[in-house]
Amino acid sequence: MSAFDPITHRLRHGCQTMAFPAGAPPVLPDRHGGSLRVEGAKCAEGCAACVPVCPTQAITRAVGNPVALDLGKCIFCAACVEACPTKAITQTGKFPMAVRRREDLLLGKSGEEELRLAIALDEKLKKLFGRSLRLRQVSAGGCNACEADVNVLGTIGWDLSRFGIQFVASPRHADGLLITGTVSRNMELALKKTYAAVPSPKIVIAVGACAIAGGPFIGNPQILNSASSIVPVDLFIPGCPPHPLTILDGLLRLLGRLE
Amino acid sequence: MNTPREFFLMSNGTSVPWTDVPEWPAAEFVAATAAEIERGGRLCAWFDVSENSGTRLVAIIAFDSENTLAVGRSTPVTKSYPSLTLLHPQAHLFEREVWEQHGLVPEGHPWLKPVRRQNGDHPANGKFFRVEGGEIHEVSVGPVHAGIIEPGHFRFQCNGEEVLHLEIALGYQHRGVEEALAGGAHRATMSQMETVAGDTTIGHATAYATILESLAGTEAPLRAQWLRAIALELERLANHTGDLGALAGDVAFLPTSSACGKIRGDFLNLTALLCGNRFGRGLIQPGGCKHDLEAERAAQLLAKLRVALTEVDEAAEWLWESNSARARFEFTGTVSAKQAAEIGLVGVAARASGLVRDVRFDHPAGWHRFAPMPVAVWPGGDVFARARVRWLEIQRSGKFLEEQLGAPPDGEIFADTGSPAADTLAVAMVEGWRGEVCHIALTDSAGKFRRYKIVDPSFHNWIGLALAMRGQAISDFPICNKSFNLSYCGFDL
Repeated sequence: MSAFDPITHRLRHGCQTMAFPAGAPPVLPDRHGGSLRVEGAKCAEGCAACVPVCPTQAITRAVGNPVALDLGKCIFCAACVEACPTKAITQTGKFPMAVRRREDLLLGKSGEEELRLAIALDEKLKKLFGRSLRLRQVSAGGCNACEADVNVLGTIGWDLSRFGIQFVASPRHADGLLITGTVSRNMELALKKTYAAVPSPKIVIAVGACAIAGGPFIGNPQILNSASSIVPVDLFIPGCPPHPLTILDGLLRLLGRLE
Repeated sequence: MNTPREFFLMSNGTSVPWTDVPEWPAAEFVAATAAEIERGGRLCAWFDVSENSGTRLVAIIAFDSENTLAVGRSTPVTKSYPSLTLLHPQAHLFEREVWEQHGLVPEGHPWLKPVRRQNGDHPANGKFFRVEGGEIHEVSVGPVHAGIIEPGHFRFQCNGEEVLHLEIALGYQHRGVEEALAGGAHRATMSQMETVAGDTTIGHATAYATILESLAGTEAPLRAQWLRAIALELERLANHTGDLGALAGDVAFLPTSSACGKIRGDFLNLTALLCGNRFGRGLIQPGGCKHDLEAERAAQLLAKLRVALTEVDEAAEWLWESNSARARFEFTGTVSAKQAAEIGLVGVAARASGLVRDVRFDHPAGWHRFAPMPVAVWPGGDVFARARVRWLEIQRSGKFLEEQLGAPPDGEIFADTGSPAADTLAVAMVEGWRGEVCHIALTDSAGKFRRYKIVDPSFHNWIGLALAMRGQAISDFPICNKSFNLSYCGFDL
């Protein structure tokens, strides 16, 4: 090897950063199901085949009502899709999934078959954060998968910093928090202190099924089941873990950077 | 009562009726376990089983060169027993864990304090070891760290730049994994196993599936075992590549750092090609696998694998050829072979201290019975050795996949397992990318989990990082830490 090898390698490969969002997003594998669509109107009468197969209790069906699926609790195992005899629950293959309000993740009612994607921050916050957003990441009872796929956004293929978004070491330097994990009781104090240390105005982003609703560990007494039980959350990004593309899409929607 | 002479011998991925496990009164059991370790054994697990009349201690000991596991238990104890840690330090955390959960005091344990117990809104860390002296200062780091990583607390005792002692306090990620398993399997259990340590989804999911299959007296179809072995090596490739990049990044060697960051993602995408999820979620289930790797998909995977392997080869070469990067790795954070054996290191960290220790080789189960894997060992015990072992394993995993993808066994990928046997103990170990993932289940009279014990490789290895930092400059902590890259959640459970 010569000292120039890394340089010639760079020249040979050129720019490896994806074209998205200006160009097409990267192609997801065929077995990646994407977001879900729930058409309660299609439910057979008295059928609740999907309810017991869901590992995270994301699906309910009250007597006389159509099925209700909470995409915030969902870990996207697709057991319900397989169990449904009338194809009321289907995979859409769509990667955008971030929402601003928790209730926008509830699917099933007429007109609410799919999630209601996030709208941008208000003008004042967009002016502050739209071109420069510094986030402090807090892993609180996570499994290191959401953390890993948030980290991926910093690699050359994704290059998050081209949007002015960066992860910083100190909450004092941050405009907000990005939280992953079930929020274990053992992290409650640390999360509260970190939030308090971020100067106002500040935003909070909850990434992954655990941070939204406890994920696979929902209901365990050792966890608090959501970031929103401790701090106000401005953006929910579902998934287990969400694909990096889903996370990036959510961040850009929040900042009004997607057309 | 008659005291038994010998432990029950079994192999990886098998089970034994609980009543067949020999028992000793506690003090004799500790002595018998110590004797087994002295004749070449290694403590894979030491845990508790509750009974009305007290708590039983259970030991799983591996005899690597004999491909055998030895199992024994104590009669129920209340209050205390003589500490095994005094004889064999590798028991230190296991004894703390049993004490934390049952109040059973290991008499003479030199550092008895909580492991992960909750104390209000934070873990009960207990008192930290403190070096006294006018020139000593203490550095306290975490639980929230500077990067995007899991939480843990590090307490350094320093004299100037030199670290005299590091104490690592964890527990922040505790989600109640083992507690939730009692009375299971439940409908969430498979998903919980996949997220014990989310970067080791295949490792933990395979161990769990093997446990249920073994308890039911069956095994997964060969093609499913083949798929699991392939997914396990893809998991290893992604993580090892990420680690090489992270190590390069920590010494500001950016070419390898940025290349490996991207290639790691390419390996994760191969797992997604197989099952739709980059971490292998939803691939494995008790009884087999959910997704097949058809010929066309296998060919696609192989083609992409070859590109990624060529790229990682190039990126690693820059690192090894860079004298300045190597100089930062060599003789930094050394753990001697003797220390490694005493504290019971496993996985990459053990092999980098020259220990021949790999479940795929020593205790082959599943597909590894038919496709053996050589052990990648490097002497030295320093950061360089840990990086080098990863590099050797990247090459071996690549070769393994190239061979295996071309030679799939025919058949189904799933077969119903049936019900787990009652009152039975099962042990399953998998060589995850960090090291030995060990699961143990004991069923009750209805075949439900009475006790389920999980030992992530990190449980053995965190103390290795603490030892590696002794006498080291505190500025070397990041590369020492990355060279181990241990799991917080896998430890905290």
